[in-house]
Amino acid sequence: MNDDTPISRGFSGRRRADADAKRIPPGQHLTSDFPVLSAGPTPEPDLVNWQFSLGDGDTKLCEWDWAQFGALTQTDITVDIHCVTSWSKLDTRWRGVSIDTLLEAVGLNEPPAPFAVITCEGGYTTNVPSEDLIDGKAMIATHFDGQPLSPEHGGPARLLVPHLYFWKSAKWVRAIEFREEDEPGFWEQLGYHNYGDPWREQRYDGD
Amino acid sequence: MMVTDTAAPRPALRWQTAEVLDVIGETARVKTLLLKLPDFTKYLPGQHVDVRLTADDGYQAQRSYSIASAPEDKHVALTVERIEDGEVSPYFTDEVRAGDKFEMRGPIGRYFVWTVKLEGPLFLIGGGSGIVPLMAMLRHRAAHASNTPARLLYSSRTQSDIIYRDELDRLVSRNDGLAVTHTLTREKPAGWIGHSGRIDVAMLAETGFTVDQRPKIFICGPTGFVEAAANALLAFGHDRALIKTERFGPTGR
Ligand SMILES: Cc1cc2nc3c(=O)[nH]c(=O)nc-3n(C[C@H](O)[C@H](O)[C@H](O)COP(=O)(O)OP(=O)(O)OC[C@H]3O[C@@H](n4cnc5c(N)ncnc54)[C@H](O)[C@@H]3O)c2cc1C
Repeated sequence: MNDDTPISRGFSGRRRADADAKRIPPGQHLTSDFPVLSAGPTPEPDLVNWQFSLGDGDTKLCEWDWAQFGALTQTDITVDIHCVTSWSKLDTRWRGVSIDTLLEAVGLNEPPAPFAVITCEGGYTTNVPSEDLIDGKAMIATHFDGQPLSPEHGGPARLLVPHLYFWKSAKWVRAIEFREEDEPGFWEQLGYHNYGDPWREQRYDGD
Repeated sequence: MMVTDTAAPRPALRWQTAEVLDVIGETARVKTLLLKLPDFTKYLPGQHVDVRLTADDGYQAQRSYSIASAPEDKHVALTVERIEDGEVSPYFTDEVRAGDKFEMRGPIGRYFVWTVKLEGPLFLIGGGSGIVPLMAMLRHRAAHASNTPARLLYSSRTQSDIIYRDELDRLVSRNDGLAVTHTLTREKPAGWIGHSGRIDVAMLAETGFTVDQRPKIFICGPTGFVEAAANALLAFGHDRALIKTERFGPTGR
């Protein structure tokens, strides 16, 4: 807040406990609900035809079907998540396959290129620097709170990059392609920030 | 075929001070704020803003609200529904009065937008305060005397919860190709000629356009409502790429 910030007369707000305050990025508020945001209809989960691939540019490094994916080492994490529409949710529990595990499975110990484009069913895309996907920072999540991920929340599988605003954690994920050049994804082309760090309040283009 | 109008303006999203010019009661739980802003002219119907409230000790809270006014309207308007035990919405519906100030920035979002430049019929489906961005589209359509065929299917709890009811009636009476269908989920008042109950497949079939007409479809409301409407439209065979959704509010779980 700076000196010209207008005071909203009569507003006092609902203060949060100090213990949590450190975990809530600026401009965010806590919710215990799990709001759903997506640009269009929810796809129907189809585990029979589900495929997920990892690519180095246009070259496919590996493609997994649902059974093969389920056979990979599973990782559990409990993290806080932050949506650009200003809600945050603490201690959410996820299970899935970490991107480190996927790279290992294709014989790589680091991403083959500096940027990643994530593609989803329905054509949604988002971009993330490759280094934000590794070292335990991201996974392809298939379970939330001990249950298979519901379709509204991206089931059967979504990307989870909890340290960035949640639109980066693309739902209904089908492919990650590593690229030499950064390519803004769906919301990034529509005015949202290219990186999306909640702690720096990188909500929109120019923040 | 254009499915969205991407030629939207991109002003820098800086915070500015909004001053409340007037507060209009819409229903018992909903108010519209008319705002004065130093620099806020270019927006598209369907876009939203972020608002930030600051208490006198510096505590702040931030939320998103759709813009209710059309770009052609004299003032920027937000329409806010009071959420029981909410932090921000009760301030707007119960406390705020002319002369009060808060911060606002936008417009935001260039996806859930419709302008008269887009061809083809328009099918709007709203639940509760989900009407707000859809109303901006209808106001814009009327401001341009557009006769693009348009239909609104609007679900409210009770008759007295219908937001913008009189204005919707007036828009329909222009006979310019707009039809509005109401449905009430929690009462069936005497003499009610609209539908009753939640939006279902039959209601969508009756009020909407055919798949061949390739309507642009905008659905806004609570999550369960949006899910049900979007899934029914897909089941009819409407093209996924023509269906845009915006969800406010709780998941109900
Ligand atoms: C893009 C976008 C556009 C929006 N446009 C509008 C608009 O035009 N008009 C409008 O009134 N709201 C709109 N909203 C919702 C708005 O941002 C707030 O979420 C809402 O006003 C509640 O805020 P609050 O601080 O009062 O409640 P909070 O303190 O955030 O929440 C209190 C409790 O109410 C629940 N809750 C939150 N929202 C709702 C809801 N809508 N219905 C029922 N329960 C709820 C929460 O889960 C929580 O348990 C929009 C949201 C988004 C993301």
